[in-house]
Amino acid sequence: MKSLISINDFNKEEMMQVLDLAQKYEADPNCPIFMDKVIACIFFEPSTRTRLSFETAASRLGARVVGFASLSATSIAKGESLKDTIKMVSNYADMIVMRHPLDGAARYASEIAGCPVINAGDGANQHPTQTLLDMYSIRKTQGTLENLSITMVGDLKYGRTVHSLLQAMSHFNPRFHFVSCPELEIPWEYKHFLDSRNIPYTQHNVLEGQIRDTDILYMTRIQQERFQDPMEFEKVRNLMSLDASMLTETRPNLRILHPLPRVNEIATDVDERPEAYYFDQARNGVYTRMGIITYLMNQ
Amino acid sequence: METKKKLKVSAIRNGTVIDRIPAGELFHVIEILGLAKGGLQMTFGTNLESKVLGTKSIIKITDKFFEEDDVNRIALVAPDAVLNIIKEYKVVEKRRVVIPSEICGLVRCLNPRCITNHEPVRTRFITSMTPEGLVLRCHYCEKETEQKNLQIISNN
Repeated sequence: MKSLISINDFNKEEMMQVLDLAQKYEADPNCPIFMDKVIACIFFEPSTRTRLSFETAASRLGARVVGFASLSATSIAKGESLKDTIKMVSNYADMIVMRHPLDGAARYASEIAGCPVINAGDGANQHPTQTLLDMYSIRKTQGTLENLSITMVGDLKYGRTVHSLLQAMSHFNPRFHFVSCPELEIPWEYKHFLDSRNIPYTQHNVLEGQIRDTDILYMTRIQQERFQDPMEFEKVRNLMSLDASMLTETRPNLRILHPLPRVNEIATDVDERPEAYYFDQARNGVYTRMGIITYLMNQ
Repeated sequence: METKKKLKVSAIRNGTVIDRIPAGELFHVIEILGLAKGGLQMTFGTNLESKVLGTKSIIKITDKFFEEDDVNRIALVAPDAVLNIIKEYKVVEKRRVVIPSEICGLVRCLNPRCITNHEPVRTRFITSMTPEGLVLRCHYCEKETEQKNLQIISNN
């Protein structure tokens, strides 16, 4: 029995197997191979995209979906512990998909549950299915995961998708460019991680001028609550924002990714450009999650 | 003429002497090893002179011998500690403590949003040495805690 809690739970080969399954499901999305299975989607905090994407993936695989989308209608509101909730749910379901506001909650749940657990986001820690769908999008648009130049922009300090993608792509000989304000710089442990693997990276404070040699431009949202001074937030946001006028002299294979939701770090005039891939990226989430469910169910 | 160094803490016949404990960490070591419980006969000295540490503490425990895994738990607070195994007033073995690769139930995770600080979960860390010193990576929230920020969980 295997769970997916952190992107490090999968080695390179396992990641590739999931991406191959996702590719198969994109070609033929209706494959009811798990009609005898029940998947519990338990979301201890609100989520639209991830929850619907998982529920769609489970439904397309023929599984029945049970669960909850908020705490108010559950026994947790009566003071039930996470341990008791997970024990109970794992008695009912063949797999648990869970999101929780606390870091490490998914790992803890996987140690209690008698069935595989998929982490759909645990606080600020990990969101591995987002990483796999990012990788699927990268492979689909570039034809490969190897030797790519990846520019990551925005909240590189707290952005869990940035950290997980960086770890996952380290298997594929990448080059990274990090664009952020000093307050939201990539943490030292990730720089240490890259140094230890001899993966080259550069750091910048302004997005303008950093796009030319990029294959993948990975934009992220900067949250206003990270800044005490609203003026400072406005200044930083302007330096990290992308608009269509900046997309000149770029590589023909350049694609722009964003884990969504976007606020205004990507101007809407970019949406119509051929480089914009963020909405297709979100659609890839269903196929990738079908691939993950299939891989873990078959372990 | 035979001169014998006068011991500041009296000798034991059989048992374990834990030497080279930093002076300020004596009570942490007692707590980590659970020595305050169990009715052990024990003497200790603190703020003793030490060539290695400046000042040190020492604990002598009669008729007590430790498993290696148990005693290595004190490496977090007393990395230079030496265990002398005593049989019939003689040191029959000297052991250095080593930092274990995994530390369970001993240290609190520094991340206030970690599940271990909200549910009754036994903490678990993977240790590694970096140029900045010892770092503990939480098995649950995956955040790293540096040695200088370690908080020992009290057993009392």
